[in-house]
Amino acid sequence: MNTKKNETDPSEEIKSSSSRGWAKLKRNKAALVGGIFLLIYIGCALGAPVLFRGDPSAPNLMASLSPPSAKYFLGTDELGRSILGRILYGSRISLMIAVGVVGVGLIFGVPVGLISGYYGGKTDFIIQRFTDMMLAFPGFLLALALVAILGVGLNNTVISIGISMVPLYIRLVRGCVLIVREEVYVEAARAIGTKDRHIIFRHILPNVMAPIIVQTSLGMGTAILFAAGLGFLGIGVQPPTPEWGSMLGSARAYMMGKPHVATFPGIAIFLAVLSFNLLGDGLRDAFDPRSKI
Amino acid sequence: MINFLLKRLLAIIPVLLGITLLLFFMLRMLPGDPAQVLAGQMASPADVEIIRVQMGLDQPIHIQYASFLNRLLHLDLGRSARTQNPVIQEIWARLPNTLVLAVCAITLACAFGIPAGVIAAVRPYSWVDYLVTIASLFGISMPVFWLGIMLMIGFAVILQWLPAGGIGTWKHLVLPSITLASFVVAFIARMTRSCMLEVLAQDYVTTARSKGLKENVIIIKHALKNALIPIITVVGLQFGLLLGGAVLTETVFAWPGLGRLIVDSILARDYAMIQGSILIFGLLYTLVNLVVDLAYAFVDPRIRYE
Repeated sequence: MNTKKNETDPSEEIKSSSSRGWAKLKRNKAALVGGIFLLIYIGCALGAPVLFRGDPSAPNLMASLSPPSAKYFLGTDELGRSILGRILYGSRISLMIAVGVVGVGLIFGVPVGLISGYYGGKTDFIIQRFTDMMLAFPGFLLALALVAILGVGLNNTVISIGISMVPLYIRLVRGCVLIVREEVYVEAARAIGTKDRHIIFRHILPNVMAPIIVQTSLGMGTAILFAAGLGFLGIGVQPPTPEWGSMLGSARAYMMGKPHVATFPGIAIFLAVLSFNLLGDGLRDAFDPRSKI
Repeated sequence: MINFLLKRLLAIIPVLLGITLLLFFMLRMLPGDPAQVLAGQMASPADVEIIRVQMGLDQPIHIQYASFLNRLLHLDLGRSARTQNPVIQEIWARLPNTLVLAVCAITLACAFGIPAGVIAAVRPYSWVDYLVTIASLFGISMPVFWLGIMLMIGFAVILQWLPAGGIGTWKHLVLPSITLASFVVAFIARMTRSCMLEVLAQDYVTTARSKGLKENVIIIKHALKNALIPIITVVGLQFGLLLGGAVLTETVFAWPGLGRLIVDSILARDYAMIQGSILIFGLLYTLVNLVVDLAYAFVDPRIRYE
């Protein structure tokens, strides 16, 4: 009787707390709005070739800088390219960047954070001094420095921003592991001789997933902002690739007379980032209520 | 207090060494000959040779690092490949501009963010609270450079109240400061709100209320004072974001600061300059974090005796 209770209890608790989380998430209006925006955004990214026919990068100098009209819904840029088309195709680029950046952050950050938190001691000390070193630079500047080394372009943008986020994931995961490591079920697993690798991936990782998921959502928003910033400065994704930040960068020269060129790509960035932030906030309220901002 | 100060000062030494290590290896991670990299693409072979000997690039790596540190201590950051001026001189000329902008922005952000967060926390789930919450979400999600462009179109092009860019009078400072503050103000408001909510639920606040103290006194003297530590932490951390944002804001408003210098140097592959300006940004950030640590001790005397 007693043993049976001990067997079922933890799993039931996990189930109920996560299903409670889902229920909370569904009730959260902000998260719902964020989720809907995100679906629209992903829809634009996937459906860009259907929604906009033609090449978004092909210049048409006859129509250069025309204001919004029936033919060009959001107007055209300095080379006569449809801004709507470039924004739609730009959503593919920014989504790719967001996924890539967070991917780099997770692939390097999560395992290192798990190891650092689980083993502690010298390993932890060395890893933490290394993250200290990286965190001595503000995130965007670290990305800038890495771009300076790696060079411009889509891949290097993803790698630079991704690496600049790795220390944040290491810190986050390590902090959570330090708490979970002391739980009874981890101790029990260790007592019956479970291998470390099994404990880390089967017992600890599932219990630190909530903050990781929240950070993933928020991190995607940050990734889009950073990438747009680099594009704007001319050291990110290079033209003629339709990237929102670089669209704003080239619009700067014409914005005095033609404000529409600079307005719409900015709104696109804003909405994409907003959707990730809304969803991230909702996820946090639902699954990770302990953390603050 | 002096003990605490010394401990904190000693603690930044490894961080500083870390920064220099990272920057030292930054140049060596580049493909090609570091002497050529530092001299720039246009340099003649003789110039490259001079730099190689000057910087000790023909020595083993640990000696190179030692001489790199030695040169840093003498404020020698090398010469810019683009302008041929000493890097430190160029940085020195621009640093005050960035500092003025950053200080204005952070002051503005605190002046709006802290009261907004307090008001939202005092009336949770009221329309003011929702307004603050939504406004800060917008602030966090908005690209600063786009906000800068929009403000410029609105106030400089259409209304013509303020100059569109450059530097000179206080008027030149208005739009860049607002732009730069927009991002940070949101974080400060959010943090203030959540900390105030926590503190307002504490027993000593109930006690203060039951003593019949005025609500204003309770909020400012009892609650805000105790919520200040996390708020100061956030302000300090946001300073890093601010420095990143400065790079973008300075570009939008043609503000001749350090951020713009980094971007121009990256575009021109002027590596001595990149290294130098990123080093200064790192130092600045470390310094601000030190000040934040010291501010804790002032706000909460318990920390001094830990």
